Amino acid sequence: MDLAKQIGPNAETNGRRRAVGLLARAMTDELRAAWDKLPAKPEVKPVRGPETGLVMVRGRIGGGGAPFNLGEATVTRATVLLASGTAGHGQALGTSKDNVRLAAIFDALWQEVGTRDFVETTLLAPIEARIAAEDKQKAEETAATRVDFFTMVRGDD
Amino acid sequence: MYVAVKGGEAAINNAHRLLADRRRGDRSLPSVTIEQIVEQLGLAVDRVMAEASLFDRALAALAVRQSRGDMIEAIFLLRAYRTTLPRFGSSVPVDTAAMKVERRVSATYKDLPGGQLLGPTFDYTHRLLDPSLLTDEPVDEPERRDTPEEHIMRVSDILAHEGLIEPDGEFSEDHQAGDITREPMEFPMSRDLRLQALARGDEGFLLALGYSTQRGYGRNHPFVGEIRIGEVEIEIEVAELDFAVSLGRIQVTECQMVNQFKGSSKAPPQFTRGYGLVFGQSERKAMSMSLVDRALRAEELGEDITAPAQDEEFVISHSDNVQATGFVEHLKLPHYVDFQAELALVRRMRSDIEAARNGVKGGLQEAAE
Repeated sequence: MDLAKQIGPNAETNGRRRAVGLLARAMTDELRAAWDKLPAKPEVKPVRGPETGLVMVRGRIGGGGAPFNLGEATVTRATVLLASGTAGHGQALGTSKDNVRLAAIFDALWQEVGTRDFVETTLLAPIEARIAAEDKQKAEETAATRVDFFTMVRGDD
Repeated sequence: MYVAVKGGEAAINNAHRLLADRRRGDRSLPSVTIEQIVEQLGLAVDRVMAEASLFDRALAALAVRQSRGDMIEAIFLLRAYRTTLPRFGSSVPVDTAAMKVERRVSATYKDLPGGQLLGPTFDYTHRLLDPSLLTDEPVDEPERRDTPEEHIMRVSDILAHEGLIEPDGEFSEDHQAGDITREPMEFPMSRDLRLQALARGDEGFLLALGYSTQRGYGRNHPFVGEIRIGEVEIEIEVAELDFAVSLGRIQVTECQMVNQFKGSSKAPPQFTRGYGLVFGQSERKAMSMSLVDRALRAEELGEDITAPAQDEEFVISHSDNVQATGFVEHLKLPHYVDFQAELALVRRMRSDIEAARNGVKGGLQEAAE
């Protein structure tokens, strides 16, 4: 029990962090399909947005030194409230308002005990699998362009 | 007397209508889509994002389409759009060491952890026009190979391990990264501000300056320690959540230039560095940026400032192509009144000289009489 108390909040934070990160990468089709599959559509109250703005992307001098401002990126975000009082936040690079509104709803649903499993299996797992497959493909395509140096033996001895 | 001149409204409207027509071109051809520009003219899109200082591929492609492919016009459009949006905050600094690498080469080490990964490069192509691209021939899928479980180590870390290279640029604890989009530029400028200006600077201008250092105008003896291209995670702190939220990934190009070593009576010699980081895939820009970054550190490193590339105020004040094009191109706008004033002045000077000449002649005559 003590152990659960110690790791509980951390595991919850990490889980939410993972969910929010995956929702940011969700494609419109994936979000829509999951919404369509929802057995009972929740009552959703918009609290903020969806609104598009900027985030200043920072780099580090020399790669690991002091931060500097590299340039901005478009970001869209939304906050919604379920009838139960659970707030959900959606945010992603780009300008898709539909996506972040749905992401916010699914973030809220992920926090609810009754719907977390649905969000995990219908939405997050497929997104995670897609990203892993895309990363693997890219990494393998890049690996094929790796230079294999060999030494030419010159002369007779 | 100043007389306001009006008119031209119909001409301007019709000119814009004509522009829209010429932009569309031959109607019997299909219109190019935003997705096609993003996918097939990706490096043009990347340049627009880098120099507009705004990462958004779809909007940059829209700008390219709207500007008929005029890059600086596209950059201008995207910069202007940027000013209409509120800023939600700043990202956690991106971790380029954790980049999903698509290309990574080093000119200083042949065998290094992670290897030389060429990626989708123009290098080693023969620069022969490819007639197969005149038509829509099918293109082979890329080769694949299993990925080794090997960390793609930074070259600067390899050298740093032995203390042979200066550390990544640091400031004192209380230094806040400056922002040229929020505060007016002042010289001398700290390196963080210079890097921000260079990251949005004109590729051609920085290329020429970088080239000038190689030709001896502020030589700094560069080696490409490493170039890496790939995706980095963008994370932001959100007030409502107690962790940094991932917003997705963006592609960047990073160049670590290893330069001329320096030592003193107190410190043993070690290599110095120049740094380049650019939105999208743009190796030329990242390399140029790192050459110019290094050149601009002349004063910090106790070098003589003898060349244009080392002159901070000259470089930074002229690197922004939106500013530059604004001032150069404004010359074509009506200057009728200014010019009339100058014309009147030249006429008066000439008549004064004429009068003085006649007067002098007259004066001499008077004196003689």
